[in-house]
Amino acid sequence: MIDIINAIVVLLNFVIIPGLSYGSQLALGALGVTFVYAVLRFANFAHGELMSFGAMITILFTWFFQSQNIGLGILPTALIALPFGILATIILGLLSDKFVFKYYRSQKSVPVVLAMVSIGVMFVVNAIIRIIVGTETIKFSDGQKFIMKAKQFKAMTGLNEGLALKSSQVITILITILLLTFTFWFLQKTKTGKSMRAFSDNEDLALLSGINPDRVVFITWLIVGTLACVAGTLYGLDKSYKPIIYLNLVLPVFASAIVGGIGSPFGAVVGGYVIAFSEIMVTYAYKKFLKYLLPENLEPSSLVQLLSTDYKFAVSFTILVIVLLIRPSGIFRGKVL
Amino acid sequence: MKFDKYEWTAISIMISLFILVGFIQGWSVSLVILNMCIISAIMTMGVNISWGYAGVINFGVMGFLAMGGLAAVLVSYPPIKEAWQVGGSGLGISFILLIALVTAVYFISKVVQKKPHKYWLNGIVIFFGIIIIRYFFLNATNRIEEIDPALAGFLGGANLPIIFSWVVGGFFAGGVAFVIGKVALGLRSDYLAIVTLGISEIVVSVLKHEEWLSRGVKNVIGLKRPVPYEINLQTSDWFINMVAWFNSSKLNNITNIDQRQEVLNNLIIDGSGLFVKLNYAVLFFMVMIVIYYFANKAQISPWGRMMRAIRDNETSANAMGKDIVKQHLIIFVIGAAIVGVAGAMLVTLDGLFTPSGYRPLRFTFIIWIMVIVGGSGNNLGAIFGGFVIWFAWIEVAPLTTFLIEVFTSNMDPQNAIRLHLLDSVPYFRYLLMGMVLLLILRYRPKGIIPEKVRHS
Repeated sequence: MIDIINAIVVLLNFVIIPGLSYGSQLALGALGVTFVYAVLRFANFAHGELMSFGAMITILFTWFFQSQNIGLGILPTALIALPFGILATIILGLLSDKFVFKYYRSQKSVPVVLAMVSIGVMFVVNAIIRIIVGTETIKFSDGQKFIMKAKQFKAMTGLNEGLALKSSQVITILITILLLTFTFWFLQKTKTGKSMRAFSDNEDLALLSGINPDRVVFITWLIVGTLACVAGTLYGLDKSYKPIIYLNLVLPVFASAIVGGIGSPFGAVVGGYVIAFSEIMVTYAYKKFLKYLLPENLEPSSLVQLLSTDYKFAVSFTILVIVLLIRPSGIFRGKVL
Repeated sequence: MKFDKYEWTAISIMISLFILVGFIQGWSVSLVILNMCIISAIMTMGVNISWGYAGVINFGVMGFLAMGGLAAVLVSYPPIKEAWQVGGSGLGISFILLIALVTAVYFISKVVQKKPHKYWLNGIVIFFGIIIIRYFFLNATNRIEEIDPALAGFLGGANLPIIFSWVVGGFFAGGVAFVIGKVALGLRSDYLAIVTLGISEIVVSVLKHEEWLSRGVKNVIGLKRPVPYEINLQTSDWFINMVAWFNSSKLNNITNIDQRQEVLNNLIIDGSGLFVKLNYAVLFFMVMIVIYYFANKAQISPWGRMMRAIRDNETSANAMGKDIVKQHLIIFVIGAAIVGVAGAMLVTLDGLFTPSGYRPLRFTFIIWIMVIVGGSGNNLGAIFGGFVIWFAWIEVAPLTTFLIEVFTSNMDPQNAIRLHLLDSVPYFRYLLMGMVLLLILRYRPKGIIPEKVRHS
């Protein structure tokens, strides 16, 4: 019996909790991509840089607050800086829309052209970020690092295996739950949310029934900016902030959105967790886990790892390709591009 | 190949820019930029063929370049015999098993018709197949990687002249493109862009981590050259005579024999570097012209007309009886193969293969900016885009340094903002690229040299 509990703790510590926090970050990112896709109708390659930009502004404000000795005690200072980051990200999104995307929308350009345009935006934002903070890795999490250390857990329960709980992981999961609840409540219950869904479903009909498209676009950027900044900051808080990482992150984010069904907000969230868990589960070495479950003579000699961790990144794409082949509209029947 | 006035202007501006750089920064710098410009132009032509002719999006440029680079290693590097002895049989067995697995999956897909059963059965077969193959494969690769890890630790290559790899690289990239195309080409454009981008990341991560094949992040250095080495040139009589003849007027003015010899030696050292770069430039230029010639021929041929028809109106082309899926696959493979040729040339020029150097920003998106800026659908435009953008990519750094120094000249030289700006000079090139792309897409969406539509 104790062996089974030990095995579960191992799995919780190395697979489930990291998977939940990484999945939350991906889900928030994918939700932003899906919103842009559903309302503005293009694949926004600049979304990763939007996340990075939000995280950068949050870091700058964190530094400012730290220099003023304003803090939250055991919680990271970044949480007070987050609203400023969100505001800046929203402004960036609105500016990019006003000066770049709006023109192509009025021209009724094909989605590919808009995707190309978003690559241009990606380059510009990328350059701005690098000019401001350079390319070095920045660690900005402060406060208490662990809610529960592995040793404490062992002493508390008397088990062989420890369960470490980083505060950044808990914060990530809590904020994600909060933000997702709010977003879905907004979409389902409020009038503005309903008008957004109507606009995304059928633009012409929505326009006929008197929905103001400019307002819908404005609200979309509010939501997208918030989601992007929070996702970027949480990722930076959990791992560490590095401008280059976000360009690599944009691919799993896209994979999540497409796997869940692009254009479907619920699908994006599910897709995020699917991608995160499969990345971690395929590259996790199950030796320790199996050691507790199997009888002694059957103990595995190798690591029992499906793929080496080097290929973590490749897993999300393999899943993307498989899903696109079997069910091109994604798990939750998003729009077919 | 008849150029109109506008095209001649573009060409002559480009040539004069190179001459200008030659006089200001030295001919060596000018030639280095020229070589990379030519390679970029070939990559751009590859992308232009699939995107400009047929509207097939290819964001996998980085992966195809890496495949070309791998070809350069596998063709030119001497084979490592011990590695083959310890790991050859294991690799052979796993290769045969892999073929068996693929056949089994193919067979199951043909025989079992019911959908959920098909996927489950295939999943199970693939899962166990991979476990069995991994056993042989990891044994073999571990042994290979253990052999002299500091110098070898991989299988080596075929020890052939590296120039063959330019063709082989094309085949490698084309082969990978065939597989990708079979899987992904049914998708619509946005999806295809993301999928090709993702698969190119997979290709690069395989090259990064499969050390038995490509030495991975340990890099392969000291590849052979298709042109002479500087050190050999400096000792060969004909080269010394040639340099002396070129600079005879300068040398004749110097009467002191010792001084004259010293000047001549310096000239020979400079000249050998220039001569090598010039050789590369000539080789690359010939490849570029050959590809340009055939690309143009193909574009004005009936096949090219059909491609344009497919691009402009898929439905009506289909109604005329054109097999769109097949034609898309063909053009995707051709485009990727040309990119692969450029990838092999790139590694040949550098003389080393560094898988970790392949990054999407530098090797996929910049190439796309070249295509869009130059003019998609026009081969001369593609070449021009490759030249202009690469030239700007290199020359924007000295230019920004200059501009920052001018604008901050009334500041204190130790001013923090000034120092920070000077530190971040390399990042201004991204800003410029983004701005150029946005401006071109807005005000000249067809590119600098737009496609010519022939009505005949």
